Amino acid sequence: MSGKHLIVLNVNGEEHELLVEPRWTLLDVLRHQVELTGTHVGCEHGVCGACTILLDEEPARACLMFAVQAEGYAIRTVESLGTPAEPSDLQQEFSARHGLQCGFCTPGFLMLAEGFLAQQPAPSREEIREAVSANLCRCTGYQTIVDAIEATARRRADRPDPEPEAVR
Amino acid sequence: MNAEFDGRRGRWIGAPVRRREDPRLVTGRGRFLDDIHLPGLLHAGFVRATVAHGRLREIDLTAVREVEGVVAAYSADDLELGDIVALLERPPEEFTPTTMPILARDKVRFVGEPVAIVVAKDPYAVEDGIEAARVHYDVLDAVVTEEAALAPDAPLVHEEAASNVLLDVTSFDTPGVDEAFEDSDCVIELVTTSARQNALPLETRGAIASWDDRDEQLLVQTCTQVPHQVRTVVARSMRVPEQSVRVTVPDMGGGFGQKCVVGREEVAVAAAAKRLGRPVKWIEDRRDALTAGFLAREQRYRTRAAFTAEGRLIALDADIVCDMGAYSCYPFTVGIEPLMAAAEMPSVYRIPAYRVRARAITSTKAPTAPYRGVSRPQYVMVMERIMDLAGRRLGLDPVEIRRRNLITEFPYHGVNNVTYDPGSYLESLELGEKILRDEGWYELREQAAAEGRHIGIGYSCFSERTGYGSEAFAKRKMSVVPGFDLSEIRMDLTGSVVVTSGTMNHGQSHETTFAQLVAERLGIDIAKVKLRQGDTERIPYGWGTFASRSVTIGGSAVATAATRLGEQLCVIAAHLLGTRVENVELDGDGGVIRLDDPAQRMTFEELADVAYLRSHLLPKETPPTLTATAAFDVPGDGTFSNATHAVVVEADPGTGGVRILRYACVEDCGVVINPQVVDGQARGGIAQGIAGALFEEVGYAENGEPSAASFIDYLVPTAAEIPDISVDHLETPCAFTESGAKGAGEGGTIGAPAAVLNAVNDLLWHTGVQLESTPIHPESVLTALTGADRTEKAGTPV
Ligand code: FES
Ligand code: FES
Repeated sequence: MSGKHLIVLNVNGEEHELLVEPRWTLLDVLRHQVELTGTHVGCEHGVCGACTILLDEEPARACLMFAVQAEGYAIRTVESLGTPAEPSDLQQEFSARHGLQCGFCTPGFLMLAEGFLAQQPAPSREEIREAVSANLCRCTGYQTIVDAIEATARRRADRPDPEPEAVR
Repeated sequence: MNAEFDGRRGRWIGAPVRRREDPRLVTGRGRFLDDIHLPGLLHAGFVRATVAHGRLREIDLTAVREVEGVVAAYSADDLELGDIVALLERPPEEFTPTTMPILARDKVRFVGEPVAIVVAKDPYAVEDGIEAARVHYDVLDAVVTEEAALAPDAPLVHEEAASNVLLDVTSFDTPGVDEAFEDSDCVIELVTTSARQNALPLETRGAIASWDDRDEQLLVQTCTQVPHQVRTVVARSMRVPEQSVRVTVPDMGGGFGQKCVVGREEVAVAAAAKRLGRPVKWIEDRRDALTAGFLAREQRYRTRAAFTAEGRLIALDADIVCDMGAYSCYPFTVGIEPLMAAAEMPSVYRIPAYRVRARAITSTKAPTAPYRGVSRPQYVMVMERIMDLAGRRLGLDPVEIRRRNLITEFPYHGVNNVTYDPGSYLESLELGEKILRDEGWYELREQAAAEGRHIGIGYSCFSERTGYGSEAFAKRKMSVVPGFDLSEIRMDLTGSVVVTSGTMNHGQSHETTFAQLVAERLGIDIAKVKLRQGDTERIPYGWGTFASRSVTIGGSAVATAATRLGEQLCVIAAHLLGTRVENVELDGDGGVIRLDDPAQRMTFEELADVAYLRSHLLPKETPPTLTATAAFDVPGDGTFSNATHAVVVEADPGTGGVRILRYACVEDCGVVINPQVVDGQARGGIAQGIAGALFEEVGYAENGEPSAASFIDYLVPTAAEIPDISVDHLETPCAFTESGAKGAGEGGTIGAPAAVLNAVNDLLWHTGVQLESTPIHPESVLTALTGADRTEKAGTPV
């Protein structure tokens, strides 16, 4: 397969000039050309949500789109949220509530939650549960993921919320 | 347990310490296998069988090699690798050995079996190459069902075996079984089945192999739960010494047992990399993971149980058939499911007489491996159904009949020749029932029935042997016997330690809980503890992570190594403080004190400084090192965690769909090291158990085509299907693990199918229909509720 295209992707506020084949998915290009491996591959057919990113702040499946289609969008990946030294509020809550075990699904859930909370800043627990059902996690049983998103929403709205049990 | 540390226990153990793995994992900085890139990296994929059973007439890879970007393509003949062999040391009338070639030779035995490996410059070219392969088969009849496999004229999956039964054992036939049935007042006969399931780690399997000229060593980076065992198989198959192979494991996106056996693909990738002298990466795609990844759980139990009129279970007679698919997995063999089921089936109940026959059959379906819980979800389902059915027959409610049969005196030596260490079988049941009663679910069930709603309540009680030691595994008669673990601990000049474990974290929070164990033992902050796992060069030896063995066995080795390091520190301190070693002790705060004069104290940094930089101050017989090793093995029959699950479900009269209204888990895994972690293990396990009860199933067409090749067909439950789950802890400490912990990885998965099935059957009781298979299909529930097919009712007539 020859016939590569030169495209420009805006990822986490940075422009990347990339030479890509038209058939390469956005997921593969983000992981292997842009070298941001936080976005994960779980199924490549749009069901698991491990590849969830934000396209113009809307959650989207990076495996369901070709990189050439992503030009002109503001793309955000998990790497835009926070760093190990300074995790975002959402990332802190995932950790505090044990919202992850193996952590493979986590970037997808974080981006899903980030997009969801932007649209729905004061969701009910049921609404969170429904939103979260877009993605698969095989480890946690989901409850603590829902807890983490609920706690973040409260925190952002500055509503009182019982802290998780003392943690060090 | 080490009495010396009792006074300070509780600083780290038992605390919900925040996970040390999280900072990298929540920021996308984890390093999973596919995140690794090496210079000159090539990519690999497999040409896989398109027929379930066929003789290989020709493998034509010419066109593959011409595809743009393809670098090489190899079939079995090109690679000349030794087969994978997993053996039981049993007589020929009980066990027939078979082998698994790395790439299919002569014959294919399931759809998805690897026939050739294609290596190319990028993963897209790999796919192009795979498509260009031409493989010709003489198609043979598929062997899909138990009936087909056992038919007298059945096509043989392995011609070297005389039949498709690879294991046939009557593990127990104690005196008095027949007499008990003759004398009994109530006999329950039951046939239960469970569907084939995929453990389904979210990260698929994979491997990256690269040859290092300087080390003269093949580095195999792979997501495995058992790195040392992968090294053994790779070295054996390639016929090289083990020192020429190093296996390392990066962050791992789950395993649940599927990754505790050695995959043939890992070996093929290693061989291709060696031949090409370039790094080769294989990442399994989801389609291959679903169809050709190791599966589990396809079992049928034909059971009879004899009860007295008072509801005492007096005999159990079971015939168990496990469909193990095409090949025997290394190291556990085709015995993994049937032998587990036969040995443990009496579960938490006192049973005086027991007979069991267990068989492993081979079929033209993907091979099987252990999956979280291994057989226990199935036989617990049988035992718990028997309790409910007998209770109904004898007029005893589900809690009462269990109460009359549960083991309550410990240690208990069972009819299965297993000694159970103390647990809280009855207490957990009573607490589970209290939770549902106090919350009013029983009243709701009555009201709902009056309103035409269908609500049912179900229980399951179980114990699970965790952390099988080598004595326990030896009873299986595997030719390789897992069980022990080794740990090494080193302190550096800053008083920080690196500790190794042969276990392998893939989500269970080892980096945190193991650090808690060491911090507790040495009296230092967990920030000073670093855990190393998953590297055959750095870890002395290890059996990896499965059977809930990490904390029980690995954790005990780690804690013992820490204790020994503490003793070394005390020896050095005693010398420097001018006293006897009996007169010093760790002070729980990173130092050693003189007992008769606690003001005299030396910090670990000071002691390390002497050990490493001024060793001339030490007596000759004191080695100037702060390194200790320890081995640990669980003695005897091992340790048993236990739990009761109490569940309330509602069935939709329109669709037959089952919704869980309340799920309560009361569990006892001994001393809880980190409650958050244990709760997480319980909930995640329960989610997988619910998946088995209600959703997941890999079916096969008559010709051996698998029905589930994507997430469209394989129904993994989401947050919409898995409810909030309460977890209550009882703590019966284990007497022989270092921390008193028992292991918590599998329990959730074990208890859920039985509890959910009992709850559904509770709501169906008035229909006269009882369901005895998982997953529970909505159609079956609907049929029962609408009274259709009344003449052909399934289930046990009562
Ligand atoms: S990888 Fe994109 S949804 Fe699964
Ligand atoms: S934490 Fe492992 S898949 Fe979600």
